[in-house]
Amino acid sequence: MSTLVALARAQALAAGRAQPITTVRHLHVHDRPLVLIPLAMAGEANAPLAALLGSAEDQPRLLVVSQPRNRDERFAFFAALAGVVVPYLDSFAGATEAVPVDRGRDVRHRFVDAPQIWVPNPGGADFLRLLGRSTRFRRTDGDFPVPPAVPRLGQWLTFLASSAEVPGSSLLVNAVQALTQHWATGQSSAEDAHFGSLFAWITDGAAAAREAENGPVAGPATDPTFDNEILAPLITAADPALTGVLRELLVPTWERMWKSIALLRTLPAGARVASRWDSDRDAYSAYVEHLIEDGSPQPRRDGAVAAAARLQRLENAAARYAVQRAFDDPLVMAEHRLTGQAFGALVTLAKADRIDDSGKRPVLRPRIMVATTETVRVEPGATLTSPSRPAQKAKVVSITPTATSTDVVLELSGGMGRKLVAEPGSVPAVGEQLLLTTLSEAYRPGAAFPDPDETPWTHGGPPTHHEVTPVE
Amino acid sequence: MSRVEKLRGSAPGKRHNARTVAALTGNPGCTRRAVLDAAGVDKVRLAERIGFPGAFGQSRFALARGNAFEAMLKADDCALLRSTLGAYVGGYEDLGADEDDTLSARHSRTRALLRSGAEGLLDHPLLTLDVAGQTVFLEPDLIAYQNGSQLQVVEIKSFAIIDGQADGTAVSSAAVQAAVYVLALRRLLGDDRVSHEVVLVCPENFSMQPVAVVLDVRKQLSTLRRQLSRLASVSSLIESLPASLSFDLAQPVADLVSSLDALTARYAPECLSSCEMSVFCRDEAAGRTAVLGRPVREALGGIETVDEVLALASGTREPEPDQVEAAALLRAAQRLRDEAL
Ligand code: SF4
Repeated sequence: MSTLVALARAQALAAGRAQPITTVRHLHVHDRPLVLIPLAMAGEANAPLAALLGSAEDQPRLLVVSQPRNRDERFAFFAALAGVVVPYLDSFAGATEAVPVDRGRDVRHRFVDAPQIWVPNPGGADFLRLLGRSTRFRRTDGDFPVPPAVPRLGQWLTFLASSAEVPGSSLLVNAVQALTQHWATGQSSAEDAHFGSLFAWITDGAAAAREAENGPVAGPATDPTFDNEILAPLITAADPALTGVLRELLVPTWERMWKSIALLRTLPAGARVASRWDSDRDAYSAYVEHLIEDGSPQPRRDGAVAAAARLQRLENAAARYAVQRAFDDPLVMAEHRLTGQAFGALVTLAKADRIDDSGKRPVLRPRIMVATTETVRVEPGATLTSPSRPAQKAKVVSITPTATSTDVVLELSGGMGRKLVAEPGSVPAVGEQLLLTTLSEAYRPGAAFPDPDETPWTHGGPPTHHEVTPVE
Repeated sequence: MSRVEKLRGSAPGKRHNARTVAALTGNPGCTRRAVLDAAGVDKVRLAERIGFPGAFGQSRFALARGNAFEAMLKADDCALLRSTLGAYVGGYEDLGADEDDTLSARHSRTRALLRSGAEGLLDHPLLTLDVAGQTVFLEPDLIAYQNGSQLQVVEIKSFAIIDGQADGTAVSSAAVQAAVYVLALRRLLGDDRVSHEVVLVCPENFSMQPVAVVLDVRKQLSTLRRQLSRLASVSSLIESLPASLSFDLAQPVADLVSSLDALTARYAPECLSSCEMSVFCRDEAAGRTAVLGRPVREALGGIETVDEVLALASGTREPEPDQVEAAALLRAAQRLRDEAL
């Protein structure tokens, strides 16, 4: 927890209202998202009780399992869920665009849009992951055949749940995370996990949030008292009133979900949100292709090499996402300024036409001097970047403390055009206020992993073909 | 009537179980909980009585499934449990019957059976543990499996293990509870007689088929030992309390609340999931940085109240000597927030 966000929490507590911790929105918000609120049956391993879902606020579709231990009903539920979710997911596999690859020597195609599913909380995303696990190996033939849409739903949910683990991905969004990323409440993160209370902190304030704590839960777990006093008698009596009761339970969350989406939409999107959505569209396009060409379900568990490679991808994505958020958002960058990883400074001297001719051929290497009153925790030789000129590198030549501030001399390279004269505006001018940081967007290549077929058995390879076993 | 009984009043005492010991050691600095637990006060009813009820119920669906799973494992002389554990030899004895008047009889029978070292499964052994200077009985919910020279704790849980993975919170609380049992068994029989590896028997994947997994609880054991040693002797604590203090639920609410006020609490958001008094304590702690959680409190330099934090951040208050560093950071944070917003 950065002191900056902690201070925002303290301010929220004092003000009785949530406080913003970003100036822009850091996730893609879809024009046509699908909201899905799952409810689980307590005590069962991932047995659904109900779901309220749909891609239009005024058309929520309620699915209910009225006898949760009835296998047929459960599968009818899966089929009905697939009937709504799969067509939604498929609906984006239409128009494509060409993306240059291999330095423009080739092109590949990706879909111009991708799906976005919203669940209330991390528990909801986890529920979908397990729902994916319990349905993707289902057989469409044999003793207990299921409609083809059921294993397809399982594959999709598995895909979405695993993309949700990638920091910055917006294919499967949980509202609690989306909101807490943008607002600090005056309560603890444990209490923020309650979607209703979190939402109330942002929209109505502290008193409403306390009220909401006792209101309907956002699932997937139900409230034990609700289970004991309301649900159990209805299920025992096979009372048709169950549907109405569940609808009433879910509707407040449904409304808050759509309001949360609308609220986030009002924030301007960060500059790098679109490029992360591009990556999401890439992932979606690749999975559509996989389903068409191969169609095999994801294995139960990744092999050792796949797991290590995935872990590294996730780490890279996390690092990239953290840098991108800071570059997009001065308030996020402020967290780095507080720790000395970034500082704001005023340009006091600039020599834009400086040429370094000590090498084989002369190169343009302007130097500037900046003055800052902030903490500077960098050493000479370090490379800095400025969010306003991300393609330009600034090497620290010297750091000199003065009576009132610190003077830093920087040598610039890149982002100034190809000539020996800098493009206008590409070199910061005297009087310009700059932000400099050690954070860098530069691509960091990952370690090479052995091909699965060449992995020693001690590390999980060569892979056995995943068994497609019917789930018990 | 002992001092402790006087504190509790007319209600029957609540006994410790592995969960309450775990919760107590989770917040060893809290005098309030230590005293209420030592006195066996029914905290659920106390919290309700003073108007701060919490939600600590259990769903009957979950209970039913847990019971069904356990019954299935124990049917036919534990046939399924035995095959899951690979424990085919030896007997099965249930020391069951959870009644107060049989406590000491059960305890001595447990001791005798465990010390005999006979191979087999022993259900609901009654154990004791020293908690805050008091010997408490532990409500047993485990099977001790005597296997060769070592005893192993077996816990039956009804959360599912799916593809070798289970819900992290459920596993870690099971591990802490198992560690409490291991500790109690070790106090009785000696350290080397009881394995630090406990067996968790859970349903596998989406079925009711049991699967056994082994958990190493050494880490939980050492935390537990350390925390137990940090629990101040509760008897001397109780001695130092005013004689009029009582938690008899028949008293007027105002008296109950002033009795609670006499016991220092140490609220943290973790209390919400582990202590029945949490809604009351949270309300009492309003305005303190502790209610925001430990990481936030630390990031705010450990400053006690939100008002102080904001005054230091805006510079309207001079920091105490030990707050100078925190105050500088807060002022910088405030300036950066103002600049960006
Ligand atoms: S809720 Fe109150 S009594 Fe319970 S542990 Fe926390 S501070 Fe102590």
